[in-house]
Amino acid sequence: MSFELLLEAIVFGVLLGCFYAAVSIGLSVAFGLLDVPHVAHPAIMVLGSYCTYVLGRYGWDPIVAGIALMPLFFLLGVAIYRFYYESFEKRGSDAGVRGLAFFFGLAFIIEVGLILVFGVDQRMVEAAYIGRSLALGEFRIPWRMVVAFGVALALTAGLTIYLSRTFTGRAIKAVAQDEPALRLMGANPVRIKQWAFGIATGVTALAGAMLIVVGPVEPSLDRVYIGRTFAVVVLAGLGSMTGTLAAGLILGISESIVLMQFGASWAPAVAFGLLLVALGIRPQGLFGR
Amino acid sequence: MRFVSFILGLAFSAAALAQSAPVKIGIGIAQTGTLGGGGKAALLALQMWVEDVNARGGLLGRKVELLAYDDQSNPATTPGIYTKLLDVDKVDLLIAPYGTVPTAPIMPLVKQRGLLLMGNFSFQVNHTVKHDMWFNNAPWGDATSWTEGFLRIGQNIGAQTIAFIAADQEFAQNLANGAKEIAKKSGLKTVYEQNYPPATVDFSAMIRAIRAAKPDMVFVCSYPNDSVAIVRAVNEIGVGPTVKLFGGGMVGLQFTPVMESLGSSLNGIVNYHSYVPGMKYPGIEDFLQRYAKKAAEAKVDPLGFYLPPFNYAIGQILEQAVAATKSLDQKLLAKHLHGHEFNTIVGPISWGPDGERARPAVPMIQFRNVADKNVEQFRQIGKQVILHPPQFKSGDPVVPYEKARGGN
Repeated sequence: MSFELLLEAIVFGVLLGCFYAAVSIGLSVAFGLLDVPHVAHPAIMVLGSYCTYVLGRYGWDPIVAGIALMPLFFLLGVAIYRFYYESFEKRGSDAGVRGLAFFFGLAFIIEVGLILVFGVDQRMVEAAYIGRSLALGEFRIPWRMVVAFGVALALTAGLTIYLSRTFTGRAIKAVAQDEPALRLMGANPVRIKQWAFGIATGVTALAGAMLIVVGPVEPSLDRVYIGRTFAVVVLAGLGSMTGTLAAGLILGISESIVLMQFGASWAPAVAFGLLLVALGIRPQGLFGR
Repeated sequence: MRFVSFILGLAFSAAALAQSAPVKIGIGIAQTGTLGGGGKAALLALQMWVEDVNARGGLLGRKVELLAYDDQSNPATTPGIYTKLLDVDKVDLLIAPYGTVPTAPIMPLVKQRGLLLMGNFSFQVNHTVKHDMWFNNAPWGDATSWTEGFLRIGQNIGAQTIAFIAADQEFAQNLANGAKEIAKKSGLKTVYEQNYPPATVDFSAMIRAIRAAKPDMVFVCSYPNDSVAIVRAVNEIGVGPTVKLFGGGMVGLQFTPVMESLGSSLNGIVNYHSYVPGMKYPGIEDFLQRYAKKAAEAKVDPLGFYLPPFNYAIGQILEQAVAATKSLDQKLLAKHLHGHEFNTIVGPISWGPDGERARPAVPMIQFRNVADKNVEQFRQIGKQVILHPPQFKSGDPVVPYEKARGGN
């Protein structure tokens, strides 16, 4: 492989990796920090894509639409967590397994609901940065991937600052570290977790907008992302925002280089092989607590 | 004596009941997932045939009932669906799922049980199983029948090198491997080949690698979601000035919602199709007019050029075979199908020993002057110019691809 192609593989890998990080960051909060087996995360992201598509038909820019949807999805997240808590988490130690079934069910309902409303055809959006590329000599970088890169960086930076510098952010981290201690101090961990799950879901709306910017969506697309998003969160070390970005980059760059050098079929195998090796050496993940 | 009369009475009643019971035809067909868009349109066409045949009195004087289940475009579901159709629903006749990938897992089942199976746009799915009761409705036969048009067009305009990208699944691999062999025999040099996994998110890196390889032609074997992502990446990255022809085996570019969404990005692509306006078959225009009304009500593919006429044709073939043999016996029907030609709305159909079309005719079309956001434009002759086969040809290729992309 020439140096030029290697450089391009790395650039494409960075862009792809940031996209992986952006679609995983909501899960990093829900599963990484709150220990909620949120397998419906990709389905909610696809729901965000369809909401973006609907707003796009009224002339909204996809990213603006994604930002506008965040408060609504925050409320949706709060409601989902409340239901999950009352029905499963509150009732005991086997909540995890039952919760898994609940979230699978939720994903299924979202998928079927989308099919009933929108049908099975692919949906796309239009924007000035879709279908065009940034030309640097012979080098061409799709603008949609550059936008995904920017959104991923903004989300990571925003969530990192929020979790480390604000009172509620620190409370969320405290719930993740020692829930009984927080309870003994008079705080209500359930309300904090509810808030955190709302944030995770709100962020997923923007990730959904980015998903439909990067490529067309269809109702069953969530199935493609279940493995990838969980892999990124686990490799990152549960609950680390910067780790999520780093893990996304590792998967993206390794996939891209392997694709150029050995063939695309090997790309997922190498990426997930890397995950196994990394976890073998460091079971708590790259930035794990 | 009384007992014997009772038994005879029961037997006659059962026979009468069997005579009046509907003829059940079973199918598992994608209504969701990546093939769902095509599957919904195909099912609508089959339902139209059921309505038509029932209006004519049904098969053997019995009403026809179509039992359809969604296979979710997932090959893991089809053996279960077809087992249910056979053992629980007790269907009389079977139609295969739409597409190669969902059909492949049921081929051993139908062969073991000695069942007639009407194929539904599969590609070379019977190649290794060699089931002698398989009859494909698709307009292609082996890889040569599909790829020779594309390769011949390329060679006529001076192409000497070729690149391949193919999805890592049954259909795309069958097609790509066949195309590679034919390209080699034709003296074309392969300068790049890449298989990609079905869940590939972005094709930018692959398109960049093709650009670096500087091929004269690019043969793509992809499924609907990938086809859209590839077209998009090609429009962003560009495949370079050397490429004269791009396309060949991209599934999805025949589906109206995809064509409408991609709009002008389709210009210049040379790809296979099954039917486009300008191809003359008796009865097809009337069918498409009726289909358009029903498709609008059902909110499925409004044009219905790709799968619906060929699914309606499956019904026509079964109707003619049952009428001729006066039987639902599968072996008898298979024997009759092997020995005769059938008139359908997609022309006369007959099969070779492998159950593929005896006289394949895969139109290679080039998208020209396609505008954005306009479904109706695809009803016009000239938006999809037929380059091959000669009997349907409506124009010469515009090359190179970068020039044709400009809408010339």
